[in-house]
Parts: sequence; structure tokens; C-alpha cells
Amino acid sequence: MEIDGKRLSLGPSNIILRGCELKNTAWAVGVAVYAGRETKVMLNSSGAPSKRSRLETHMNLEIIILSLFLIALCTVVSVCAAVWLRRHRDELDFLPFYRRKDFSDGEEDDYNYYGWGMEIFFTFLMSVIVFQIMIPISLYISMELVRVGQAYFMIRDTQMYDESSNSRFQCRALNINEDLGQIKYVFSDKTGTLTENKMEFQCASIWGVDYNGGKASSVDGYYVQVDGKVLRPKMKVKTDPELLQFARSGKETKEGSHVYDFFLALAACNTIVPLIIDTSDPTVKLIDYQGESPDEQALVYAAAAYGFMLIERTSGHIVIDIQGERQRFNVLGLHEFDSDRKRMSVILGFPDKSVKLFVKGADTSMFSVIERSLNVNIIRTTEAHLHSYSSSGLRTLVVGMRELSTSEFEVWHSAFETASTALMGRASLLRKVASNIENNLCVLGASGIEDKLQKGVPEAIESLRTAGIKVWVLTGDKQETAISIGYSSKLLTSKMTQFIINSNSKESCRKSLEDAIIMSKKLMTISDTANNAGGTSGAGLTPVALIIDGTSLVYILDSELEETLFQLACNCSVVLCCRVAPLQKAGIVALVKNRTSDMTLAIGDGGANDVSMIQMADVGVGISGQEGRQAVMASDFAMGQFRFLVSLLLVHGHWNYQRMGYMILYNFYRNAVFVLLLFWYVLFTCFTLTTAITEWSSVLYSVIYTSVPTIVVGILDKDLSRRTLLKDPQLYGAGHRQECYNKRLFWITMIDTFWQSAVVFFIPLLAYWGSTIDGSSIGDLWTIAVVILVNLHLAMDVIRWNWITHAAIWGSIIATCICVIIIDALPSLVGYWGHL
Amino acid sequence: MTDTDQERDRNKETAFYKFTQQTLPACKPVLTPAWVITIFLFTGCIFIPVGLVTLRASRSVVEIVDRYDAECVPESFRIDKVSYVQDDSIPKNCSRFLKVHKYMKAPIYIYYQLDNYYQNHRRYVKSRSDQQLLHGRKYHGTSSCQPVEFNNDHAIVPCGLVAWSLFNDTFKFIRERAELKVNRKNIAWKSDRDHKFGKKVYPYNFQNGTLIGGGKLNPRIPLSDQEDLIVWMRISALPSFRKLYGRIEEDLDVDDVVVVHLMNNYNTYSFSGKKKLVLSTSSWLGGKNDFLGLAYVFVGSSSLILALVFMLLHLRYRRPYGDTIYLPWNRKSLSV
Repeated sequence: MEIDGKRLSLGPSNIILRGCELKNTAWAVGVAVYAGRETKVMLNSSGAPSKRSRLETHMNLEIIILSLFLIALCTVVSVCAAVWLRRHRDELDFLPFYRRKDFSDGEEDDYNYYGWGMEIFFTFLMSVIVFQIMIPISLYISMELVRVGQAYFMIRDTQMYDESSNSRFQCRALNINEDLGQIKYVFSDKTGTLTENKMEFQCASIWGVDYNGGKASSVDGYYVQVDGKVLRPKMKVKTDPELLQFARSGKETKEGSHVYDFFLALAACNTIVPLIIDTSDPTVKLIDYQGESPDEQALVYAAAAYGFMLIERTSGHIVIDIQGERQRFNVLGLHEFDSDRKRMSVILGFPDKSVKLFVKGADTSMFSVIERSLNVNIIRTTEAHLHSYSSSGLRTLVVGMRELSTSEFEVWHSAFETASTALMGRASLLRKVASNIENNLCVLGASGIEDKLQKGVPEAIESLRTAGIKVWVLTGDKQETAISIGYSSKLLTSKMTQFIINSNSKESCRKSLEDAIIMSKKLMTISDTANNAGGTSGAGLTPVALIIDGTSLVYILDSELEETLFQLACNCSVVLCCRVAPLQKAGIVALVKNRTSDMTLAIGDGGANDVSMIQMADVGVGISGQEGRQAVMASDFAMGQFRFLVSLLLVHGHWNYQRMGYMILYNFYRNAVFVLLLFWYVLFTCFTLTTAITEWSSVLYSVIYTSVPTIVVGILDKDLSRRTLLKDPQLYGAGHRQECYNKRLFWITMIDTFWQSAVVFFIPLLAYWGSTIDGSSIGDLWTIAVVILVNLHLAMDVIRWNWITHAAIWGSIIATCICVIIIDALPSLVGYWGHL
Repeated sequence: MTDTDQERDRNKETAFYKFTQQTLPACKPVLTPAWVITIFLFTGCIFIPVGLVTLRASRSVVEIVDRYDAECVPESFRIDKVSYVQDDSIPKNCSRFLKVHKYMKAPIYIYYQLDNYYQNHRRYVKSRSDQQLLHGRKYHGTSSCQPVEFNNDHAIVPCGLVAWSLFNDTFKFIRERAELKVNRKNIAWKSDRDHKFGKKVYPYNFQNGTLIGGGKLNPRIPLSDQEDLIVWMRISALPSFRKLYGRIEEDLDVDDVVVVHLMNNYNTYSFSGKKKLVLSTSSWLGGKNDFLGLAYVFVGSSSLILALVFMLLHLRYRRPYGDTIYLPWNRKSLSV
């Protein structure tokens, strides 16, 4: 593309995705790419997996059993009818209540009789029609309604309302509410999920000296005055007084010049765009640094606090206010960050015509391009500082620089020009150019940025662990950082035995995995015997933590080692995966999901790197935080803070699961009682499917008579209070053990159904035996009896009675009586005529 | 806005807040041992007396049941009862002697009881036309009445199998040569007479076919006054049923002998159904049926026994309320 005669090439970095806002520009030239079917939305829309809750899957199985049961009932009726017809085959013509023969036309022919076989067949079909209520179709509707109600309560819960971002809990999927009560594995991203993703510059090591703000730090906003107006950064950063002094002293001293270079690198080597925003006070303006990476933001804010304030950035130059003095640097080249190099660099042309290269990147990648022969001591002390930073949980970056000679620059410049306008393989060419220039660096120092833990994270993880949920942390950070975050979030404790796997080949992976398994088994047996001596078993394992890095996972995933890893991971109470790529995250989730029947939950922040993991897990939760909304769009539930997970799982998940499980069983029971009631009567009518209960009542039974209480109880009943559930997280185990809905409960319910239906049928029958009772009267009696029975049954299972429950249950019984009266009183309805 | 209005609004708001937070004031009944035992004791104490009263009411009813279908067929016809009952030329009269074993206070209800007669059979139940019963011949949608809808191309009123099979045995009661006065009015439901059987609907072309199912109707009396028909057409719920025939409005003393002259017209022989004549007084609870009383007594005494068992268990293995020591995670710490 040519603009003003200049050739510009377009690449992935030029793409503006849907939903993006253009800022800091007056005009833009656009080319539409990926339109219509090729858009990301369209491509993703087919791939979104449809989720079905575990409970519903089980329920469908039980519904098949109920269907078999229905067929069995119909078969019993047909067989009985067959036997009856066969035994009375000689009487059928004249039986007053059968009268097979029709004499009205003068000639004898069969009336409504198609032979023995067909009669049986018709009986079977008719019984299917009469007994079809056995299959609780209304249950599906009730379940949807209950889920809507549960979702409403989850959304309105003030305990899951994030005040800082003013965001409520979001229910984006409506059909997996109850799965929240059975989660066994939680896969969590770290940055933005466990941590706030608000980076804070903590300390720096410059030229081998550790400036560690520590106690002496003071927060005072640095500002500059321009034309009588005050410019200050939006965020205030803690500063180290000693370092501040060096920074102010300028280039004169040796330390001063190193500090100067270091902060200049921080202020220049980034892709941050400063935005100047007005405040209510016209003389004060704030500078807001906007950029892709929160780390860079933190560094630029830090540089600003030490007097190196980035004021303006265009593609050609940057303006930095250095200790009140504006300086303009030409940006001669910028090598963006990429995950292979793990560093970025910028080439600055100084006002004095010298050209310098500033590089910033992860320590591993930086130390490989540093000129080792120079300043060995400084490199060594910097390394030591880096180690101590990362072990205290800080994210580290190393900064280096090199002065470029004119010839060197010319060579680079021409190479860069050709690479950046190349149409084929531009990215790799650029990468090559970058790595050619990024070498022989002299190390300036390192920075430590604190990734602050979110509020309540350690407590939340503690609760989840007590609840028997295994928390796996999958992070892109390096191992030391991951471990230190693990400690600070109480994921890891000092009591734990750690297995660390970071190998560079398949063979060594296999070896370390097998060693770890043997070790963990040994530990298990030891703890088992210890437990057995104590008289109990289970639970009290010596906690084992597994720490594995992305490189090892490359060899393990998608190979036969997966199984070994899974076995090992099962023995471990904590698994930390560091340096993992987004797809590996999904791979780990799949590893667990495919090998166990346990439910998995993935929680991640807004970044796109968690999307695949969130979609892979049974339940995906997105943190509606800072890094965009892609994960939220892909998730089933979204919330503001990690700690809400405790409320979500232990409280709402438990309630949802318990309520839904009970409701399904109750619906089975309710419909089966009614069907069996009809069935018992069929045994007294020559197996001819006469129903004493009017058709209207049969229809209204699951619509009006009994539906409202089950929905109300399914939405409102609480078996345990929020306080109890949070106090004893172990109660969450009810979901793991499938205590509220399982095969055994199903069969018990069915047996109970048999017994109750028999009681409700035979007591009126025997009480009116040999009396003048007519069919419709006893039918109404049975209708009301069965409605009172099932509603009382529900009433006895209700744990907390509030006025809504009262209204629903007693109201249903009253509504039933009113309905029966109406059915019997309106001549247009069959009940009025008082026959069956 | 006044203060009370504001207060009401605030109350509404807090009530709604409580609703959304699922913390509505709720009563949480806990079945503590004390409650369970009390409930069972209470049930027992209520049910046993109720049962006894019910049982007493049922026992106070005097009932005479006489099965006559077999013995009212003369010896010579016993081999082929069906042809006997179908032969119009043979007189069907028959006498039964009922001895009163206990004083019976008027009104004494006369029922006929049919056993093994499936009035609730689906074919039978459907074979009637309510609209015709109410509106008579001007109503034509009587297809449900098949196979007794038309005879010689004329509509039958009342149509259908139910009316066709009308019970037609008759009973006369004589005590010491004097006929007992039998009231045969008001034996059907008033609502049936007033609203479901037409006052201007007269039987027509009824029981004129080749196959006679049962009783004939006087074509000059409207259906609303044909109470035997109305009683018959109220379908009984069970295959063994009674229907009201009339009331004797005189008391019967102990050792009275009631002679019943009956016409044994109705054919139950073709399907071995039984016919019985029942004389019964009534109590406040209806007729004689011990089941309800026995059921009450049984349930009541079972609750009493359960209450005792629970009480003993409670005394033997007492646990404090809200005891959580047996929870799995508490048990562990217990053993350590």
C-alpha cells in the first residue's frame, strides 16, 4: 500500500478487530479483511460446544428406565386384557357391558371388534396414551424455569458483586447451573485471575545495585509544569528515595548515568501511548498510559515517577520529559515483542546524533544476548537479584543497551527496510533482523514488578481445597514466579513435598515422571499406614505438589506419557504448570476431562489465551476484568473476582445441585404416583383403560395441581445456610459423592412410589368397597388424595419454609379443589356428566 | 411523600433485598427426637379414638345380605339358567325369607348388589349420550351409543348399552301378611334428576330390538322421573357394586321375618354374575364397612408403638442437638 509515495506493508499488527476503538488519530485508511463467513465470530460460532449438565445426562438415562417401566406397565395391562378376552371369548357377544354383536341393522356383525390380536394391540396403544404421564415432559420445562430462577439469584447475589469494577455475576449459560455443585478440578489462570493484573513496580537492580524501596519508600506524585500547567501521571508509584536522588542527580556521577540509561530504557522501550486527560482542575492534567501489556504500563509509570515522563509518542519520535527538561528522541526502529525472542528492542536516535539500542526482555532470553566478557560481576549480581526478586513473587525483566556505530546502523537500517516491506515471511525476516542487532548487549539492570494477588485469594484457595476440589494453576510465568505465587496464595505450603519436572527431552520426562510416581506412592503408603493407625482412612494424605513446565508438557501431552502424568497428578493435591502456551492449557484440561468422570472448571481472565481452556472444561468461568472480554464471551459464567468462586461453588453450586437433584427425583415420583394410581384402577375395569380421574385432571395434574410447588422449592429451598456451607467447605463433598441424585435414590424413590400409590388407591377403594359409590365421585376423591399426597410429600422434604413455599404448597392444594369443582360444575366439561 | 410512605418503601426494599439474597425469614422445622416422638404419640392418640368411633358406627349398622340368583332358578332349569331367564313364557317370580337378627330402625335402605359386573368397562361407559338424555330425540349426535343407537331405523331413547342393560328385578316386601311400605322416590341424585335427565324427554323405541338387555321403561313417564334408570346410569366405580332400590320406612324388629317376592328377570347368568338383595340401616358414616375404622386403629397403634420404640432408642443413645462429631472431617480429628 502506498501513502504519500511511501510504501507501507500491512500485517497482523495492523488488523483492528471487531469492537476495537480507535484513539489518538484524526484519520484512518481501512481495508476490510475477513468479512462475512470468514469473520472470527462466524468461524467460532460453529465451534462453541453445547454443554449439557451432568445431572441431566444421568436423568436422561433414568428417563429411559422410566420408559421401560412404562412399557412394562402397558404390557402387563395388555397381557391381562388378553387373558380376560380369551377366557370370556364365548360370552363377549352377549355380555351386557361388552356386547360384541351389533343387531341394530337386522343382521349380526361385530361392533368395534377387530379380533383378539388387534384388541390386545389397541389395549396396548391405549395404555401408552393413558400412562404416558410417566415420562415427565413437564420436568424439562420445570428444570428450565428453576435454572432461570437460580441464575437470577446468582446474578443478584451481593456476595458476588464486584464493587471495584461495578460488575455483577453473569450467567451466560443456562443449562449447567447444577454442575457447579460437582466440580472436582479447578484450572486457574494466574495473571488476572489469581492476581489483579495491576502491575506495580517494586524494585530495580541497576548496574549491580539493588534498589529495593522497602520501608523507606514514599509515595509522592511526580509532576512537571508546562506552560503553567501541571502534568502528572495518573498512577502514583512507590519510589525509593536513594534511587530518586540518583535519578535527579543527572548523568554526572557514574551511578547517575547508569540510572539515567536504565530509566530512559524503561520510558522508551515500550509500545505505550500516553494520553493526556483533563481533570476538574484546569491547571492539572493527568497522563494516562495506555498499552497492551500491564507490565509495560507499570514500568512507564515507574519511569515517570523517577522523573522520566513519557509525554508523546508517534511512529517517528517520542518526547520524554527528563527531570523537567523536554527531550525529543527519534525512534529509528522498533522490534516488537514476540514470544520466540521474548524481548523487544527500540533504536533511539539521540539529539546528539548518537544511536542507541535499548532491549528489554525476559531474563532467559536476555542473558543469551548479553556480552558476557564485560562486567562479569555486574551480570552475576544482577542474576542474583533476579533470583531473589522472582522468588519473592515478582515478575522480572532485564534491560540492556548498546551503542550502535553508524556503519552498524546503516546495515541494520537497510535490512530492516527490506524486511518490513517484504510481502512473504515478513515476521520471520523481521525476527531475524532483530536478533542480528540484539546481541553483545551491556546489561543495565533488572526490574521487579509485583503482580498483586486479588483480595481473598489465599482464603478462597484454602476453602476450595478443604472442599475437596483440586486446584491446578496454569500460568505462562516462569517457574520461580509461579512457585512464589503458589506460596503467597497458600496453594503451596511448606509441608508439601514438591516434584518439579522440567526436562528437555522425552526420555528425561519419562524418567522424572516415573520417579515422581514411585515417590508419591511411597508417601501415600506412609500416610495411609499413619492414618490406619489412627483408625481412619482417606483424606489425610501427605500433600504432594507437582510443578511442571511447558517444555516438559510439549513432550508429555499427546504422547503415551499423558497417562503417567495423569496418574501422578491424581496423587498430587496441587499441580502448578508454568510456562504453558494457551493450547497446552486446553490440553491439560482435556487430559483430566477425558480420563475421569469428574467435573472440571476452568477459570481465566479476559485474555484470549484462556479461551481454549475455558471452552474445553465442563464449566468455564471468566473473570470480567481488565484484559478484554474474549474469555468472558467464551465462558459459561463470568464474575469480577476469583474469590467469588467460593460463593459460586460452595454456596450456589451446592444449592443448585441439591435443588435440581431433588426436583428431578420428585418429578419422577410425582408422575409415577399418578400413573400407578391409574394403573391400579385399570386392574378393576377388565383392563380396559377406563380412568376414574377425568381427562382434564390428568392433563392439569402436572400443569396446575403439582407444578408450582416443585418449581418454587427448586428455586428457593436451602438445605444448609450460606454460613454453614462456607464454614464447613467439606459439605461440598455431597456433590462429589453424588448424594442428591444417584441410581440408588432413584430406585428407592420408585419403590416409595409403588407403596404410596398403593396406599392412596386402596384406602379409598376399600373404604367404599361394596357401596353405591360411582366412578366419577371416587375419581375426584383419588384426584384430590393424590394431589394432597404429593404436595405433602414435598412439604415434608422442604427444609426452609418461607411464605412463598407456604403459598405454593397450600395454594396448589386449594387450586386443585377449585379446579375439580369447576370441572364438575361446567356442563361443557366431561366431569359434569358424572360418568367415566 | 409522607414518612410512613417512605418507611413502607424502605420496608419493601429490604424485603426485596432479602428475597434476592435468599434470606427471607423462614421457619426451619427440625425433626428432633422430641418432635418425632410427640408427633407419633399425637397421631396415635388421635387415630385410635377416631378409629374406634368409626368402627362403632360401622358395627351399629345392621345389614341383611341375601344372594338370590342361584336359588331363584327352579331346580329343573338349573342346568341351563340362561335359557330360563331369557324365556319370557316362564314366570320369574320367586320368594325369599329374610330373618331380622337385630332391630332395624327406619329408614332401611334396599339395595341390589351385582358382583362381577363391569359397569366401568370402557366399551360400556362410552355407550351413552348425555345430550340425548337431556334433550331427547331432537339431539342427533348419538354415534357414541353404538351398538344400541337405532332400531328399525328409528332412534332409541335412551340410547346406548348402559340404558339397554337396565336392571329390572323387582322386589316386594311382606311382613306378617302386610306389605311393607317401600318408598321408591328420591333414590337418585337430585342434580341428576334436575339437570341431566330431560323433564320432557320420553322413552321411545326402547328395548324393541331382537336382543333384550334388561328393563323396559314406561314411555309416558319423562326420563327425569325414571329414577331406576337414573340410578342405573350413574356408573359404579367397581365391578362389585350396590345400587339403591328404595327405602322401607318402617322399623323391623328382632326375629321379624320379611318375605320378599321378587321377579328374577335380570340376566347375570350368561357371565356368572351374582345378584344380591341387601337391606341395611345407616349410621352417620354410611353403610357397614369396618375397613376405615380398622385402618385408623392400625395406623394409630403403629404410631404409638413407633413412639415407644423411638423413646427407648432416644433414652438409650442420647445425642446432643446439633452434634457434629460423626461428620467425616470431625471424626478424623477425633481419632488424632
